[in-house]
Amino acid sequence: MREVAIVGTGVTKFGELWDKSFRSIGIEAGIKAIEDAGMSGSEVDGIFIGNMSSRFINQQHIDALIADYSGMATRNVPAVRTEAGGASGGVAFRQGVMAVASGMHEAVLVGGAEKMTDLDDASTASVMDSTADAEWEASMGLTLTSLYAMITRRLIYEGTATREEIASFAVNAHKHGALNPNAQYKSPITLDTVLRSGPVAEPLNVFDCAPYSDGAAAVVMVPLDVAKKMGVDYVKVVAACQASDTLALFQREDITTFKATTAAAKEAYRIAGIEPKDISVAEVHDDYTVGGIMALQDLGFFKKGDAGKAVLEGQVEIGGKIAVNTSGGLKARGYPVGASGVAQVVEIADQLRNKADKRQVANAKYGLAQSVGGTGSAVTVSILEAI
Amino acid sequence: MATVAKEWREIPARYNLEGSECGNCNRKYFPKRSMCPFCRRNGFGKMHPYQVSRKGKVFTFSVIHEAPDCNRSLKPYAVAMVRTDDGLLISGQLVDVDLLKIEIGMRVRSVLRKLDEDGASGVIHYGFKFVPDL
Repeated sequence: MREVAIVGTGVTKFGELWDKSFRSIGIEAGIKAIEDAGMSGSEVDGIFIGNMSSRFINQQHIDALIADYSGMATRNVPAVRTEAGGASGGVAFRQGVMAVASGMHEAVLVGGAEKMTDLDDASTASVMDSTADAEWEASMGLTLTSLYAMITRRLIYEGTATREEIASFAVNAHKHGALNPNAQYKSPITLDTVLRSGPVAEPLNVFDCAPYSDGAAAVVMVPLDVAKKMGVDYVKVVAACQASDTLALFQREDITTFKATTAAAKEAYRIAGIEPKDISVAEVHDDYTVGGIMALQDLGFFKKGDAGKAVLEGQVEIGGKIAVNTSGGLKARGYPVGASGVAQVVEIADQLRNKADKRQVANAKYGLAQSVGGTGSAVTVSILEAI
Repeated sequence: MATVAKEWREIPARYNLEGSECGNCNRKYFPKRSMCPFCRRNGFGKMHPYQVSRKGKVFTFSVIHEAPDCNRSLKPYAVAMVRTDDGLLISGQLVDVDLLKIEIGMRVRSVLRKLDEDGASGVIHYGFKFVPDL
């Protein structure tokens, strides 16, 4: 297999982009990534796009739409749409890596895009609920938030984390989001903001949950050998792993850890030849605060029972032991579902190329991105290396 | 609107908690599976209907305040994961209970209740929910 490099990144503003359509945000991110790579676009011979649900915009065949509106269809470039719930973008990235590594493609554009605010909130929530088991969870009256809420209650009951520690993940997210011009929320919050916000599914409140957002992100990838000759800043993709678990949460032995995260992470560290302590900056899937706490443990950054304390003490802030969700994460940057996994890779690539501006983490060699579908039914873990 | 067949074929599980038992390794599953995920090919064709215990304990729970449209009138309502007495874990609503007095470990049993309906003139869906087992 060939080694792969990211040579360009692009991301739109995340938020309620009422003046922009799905097709316009998708193209904006792609063009920014191609410009960043110093390319014309005609080099691209494959497109992979992470997009979770056609129900948000009532449009199937997203792959053809993106190929068409990005001008790639005039050259008949193939486009593939991937869906894996919240991990749709992470899976698209991995497909792009495999396409270049295998030699099947020379330059791929990996995009992630979602337009969620064309639908009312209750309908959007129902679409998200169907990333859990639609037949035996959602149809029985459970919501995705309630599943994470039940995980939260179990974590607290087992003494793994306190309610305050779990809430502090959102405080960290907003602190970093305030430094990101593309973030949906740029206001710092306090622990009280989270704890006193309205309940969604007890014990989780509004501020424990990532918002519904519009947005897109993209990266351009080529073989590492080609990247070296392009004269642009690039990062090496050292691992792009993915793992599966049961669709329904209730079919697991342990609901306080996501085995798909531990499995994908174990494989990623093995391929990269590094340990969790070598990671300086990470973007983890905090669709709910509790998901962020679990990620820190499942990825090996902290022992089970220590993650919550570490977040509350500020150890995951920029300048801390490990900088986590410097973009603001899903919570503060925003959560256009299919864009999320790609946006995480954009943030890590920008951090490792010293392009993260006010959020820059000093001397980072390795960065990691973790994207989760449903309640850990599909997880991707990718590791990038600074050159 | 979904067809009647979609709900009808799930009646044994929805109404009576019917799951599957693998004839090869005796592992039990709810909902039913046509193949044991552990025995795979060796267990294919050997899955038998299995009656899941109707009693158990609350493993974890949540009170839902933001609900989908079909359950809007229920808000706030409780959901739980229940560890049945025969060791399975099942998710469902927890009703006829004081929302402030739900606890992990609380004894519950399953009952047949209305789940929701397909609009004003569509099919009414029934299924199991849990109630305190006093």
